[in-house]
Amino acid sequence: MSQPVNDKIYGLMAEFNTPAELLHAAKKVRDAGYNRWDVFTPFPIHGIDEVMKLGNSLVGWVSLAGGAFMFANVAGLIWFTNAFDYPLLVGGKPMFSVPMTFVPAYIMLIMGAAIGALVGMLGLNQLPRLHHPLFFKKCFEGASRDKFILVIGALDEKFSATETKQLLESLGGARVEIVEERD
Amino acid sequence: MSDIANIEELKKLAPPAELRRAPVVEGNQGLGWLTDKLSAFAESKKIPMWWWILFIPSAICATVVLPFCLFYQVTTGVGVWGNNHPAMWGLDIVNFIWWVGVAHAGTLISALLFLTRQHWRTTIGRMAEAMTVFSVMMAGLYPAIHVGRAWFDWYMFPVPNSNGNWPQFKSPLMWDVFAVNTYLTVSILFWFMGMIPDFAVFRDRAVTRPRKFIFGLLAMGWTGSARQWHNYEKAYVVLCGLCTMLVFTVSSIVGLDFCTSQLAGWHATIFPLYFVIGAVFCGFGMMLVILIPLRKWCGLENIITMSHIDKIAKLALVAGLIIDYIYLQEFFIAWYSGDPYERWVFGHRLFGHTYMTLGWMLIGINVCVTQLFWFKKIRSNLFALFIIGVLINIGMWCERFVIVVGSLYQDFLPANWGKYMPTRWDIGIYVGSLGAFFMLYLLFVKFLPMIAISEVKGATPQGDPHHPLGGAGKGGHS
Repeated sequence: MSQPVNDKIYGLMAEFNTPAELLHAAKKVRDAGYNRWDVFTPFPIHGIDEVMKLGNSLVGWVSLAGGAFMFANVAGLIWFTNAFDYPLLVGGKPMFSVPMTFVPAYIMLIMGAAIGALVGMLGLNQLPRLHHPLFFKKCFEGASRDKFILVIGALDEKFSATETKQLLESLGGARVEIVEERD
Repeated sequence: MSDIANIEELKKLAPPAELRRAPVVEGNQGLGWLTDKLSAFAESKKIPMWWWILFIPSAICATVVLPFCLFYQVTTGVGVWGNNHPAMWGLDIVNFIWWVGVAHAGTLISALLFLTRQHWRTTIGRMAEAMTVFSVMMAGLYPAIHVGRAWFDWYMFPVPNSNGNWPQFKSPLMWDVFAVNTYLTVSILFWFMGMIPDFAVFRDRAVTRPRKFIFGLLAMGWTGSARQWHNYEKAYVVLCGLCTMLVFTVSSIVGLDFCTSQLAGWHATIFPLYFVIGAVFCGFGMMLVILIPLRKWCGLENIITMSHIDKIAKLALVAGLIIDYIYLQEFFIAWYSGDPYERWVFGHRLFGHTYMTLGWMLIGINVCVTQLFWFKKIRSNLFALFIIGVLINIGMWCERFVIVVGSLYQDFLPANWGKYMPTRWDIGIYVGSLGAFFMLYLLFVKFLPMIAISEVKGATPQGDPHHPLGGAGKGGHS
């Protein structure tokens, strides 16, 4: 487990103690022209989205699609079952109408939108993924506790094992270490 | 991490004491300390005595009393209950509405307070969500057995079958099936998604291999990267919005079951709102009942502070006042409508000899006892709050009984007059469902992150990059 599977490098990590230090470092890394980097934090850091230019998450659209899909399907189902396949006359009411359709379709819209939100979140985050190069780093466990970790990926065009290391150290990062790529 | 110079500086800048917000967490000693504190109970190998004392009777109710009563009821028929003409709905529907009600406050606390950016919700949100999930499970049990022949429950779902039968969507009872199932699914999703980052905390802290494996699977590879949090936060806010819609929809649909009927006492347009607010009120009572002992026994007095308890009591007061207003409206409209049947039903709620005790209990508790929440002395007395919480649950149970049975037992014709008394099987199933609820809740408290660790950390000054304790202004971000 402790031996790297190959000598490829995933990136360089640096550890910070406070969210402000991390935010400051993130700004500097961005200004230095890096593109493929990320921060790993125990909770979302206010303002990091703007620094990383993450824009608007697509989860909302996935959720909308899920909701719209369910709404249309349930409305269609009610029409098919109660008005088309087995027309059922109850109390002289129309076979298919808005009042009888809206409530179940609306409640299933919520179901579809909620499933869409969860599935969208997992999909966009590429989860579930039970392995990650960072999980092999003992000090990465701090990222769910009280440490704030910045990782610059080796795939970044500007990445260089020495210069990137210097940059991270100059930003005050502790434990600037290489993260090995693993399959 | 605390920097004395910075704290002094902060004190100078801070507004006067009376304008300051109560801190989310008291005696906060940093993020690491918080992580240890919040995961301590679920991680400790020693299970405290109080847990066993509560768990064993709950588990007996859940695994012996409930299955036994269910087996007898399902194999014999609904005749074992007190339900009979004219009161065809008895404790089964009363308890169904009561459990849905308990669920609602959980969603409201967690979702609506998130949307209104109330940071204090972070400490109690998870426990409220768990309350929702388990009580919706209990609620869902009742309609399933109330149909009588439980093995035909699948008729309620649009499953293609050889008879070519489909559900009849013109009935609000059918909408209930969708509403309760959606509520259960969505509240489980919401609860589970909220726990993913905390599963990652447990995974990273795990010392034994089974723990690492189980929480590793549950965390699904969560790394806490900014990109993940970015999507996560969006999904969370969307789910909160959806859950808030559910709070106002599910009980409304349960209310529609009643108000679309022609029965005096049920046939009122106020019912959807009535049921929603009643549900929320009842749930706040249950929240007090659950939180007050747990915060003490789990050593969470600094996390679930008196300020949080105070706020729950105030919210319960607001819900209680709306309920009181609705009672007033109900009685007024019954009188003002001039309908003799309406007047009869509402007169009999308070002065009919059969159920007047329950009618006065509901007035006494929901109208009178709730007013105690006006006093700060009561709101800071945990014992009083616990008792009031229990009473609110009893009061709201009486309300549902009065609405369901009180309207059914004497309707338009004296030929349709009867009486409903619960039998031991009615009561057995209720006790069993209470046991199952508490058993599940105790298991949750022991094995899962009962407080949203990542959310609480994000709501502390140490988690704020613009706060001196979060490192702002010391050569870092300003």
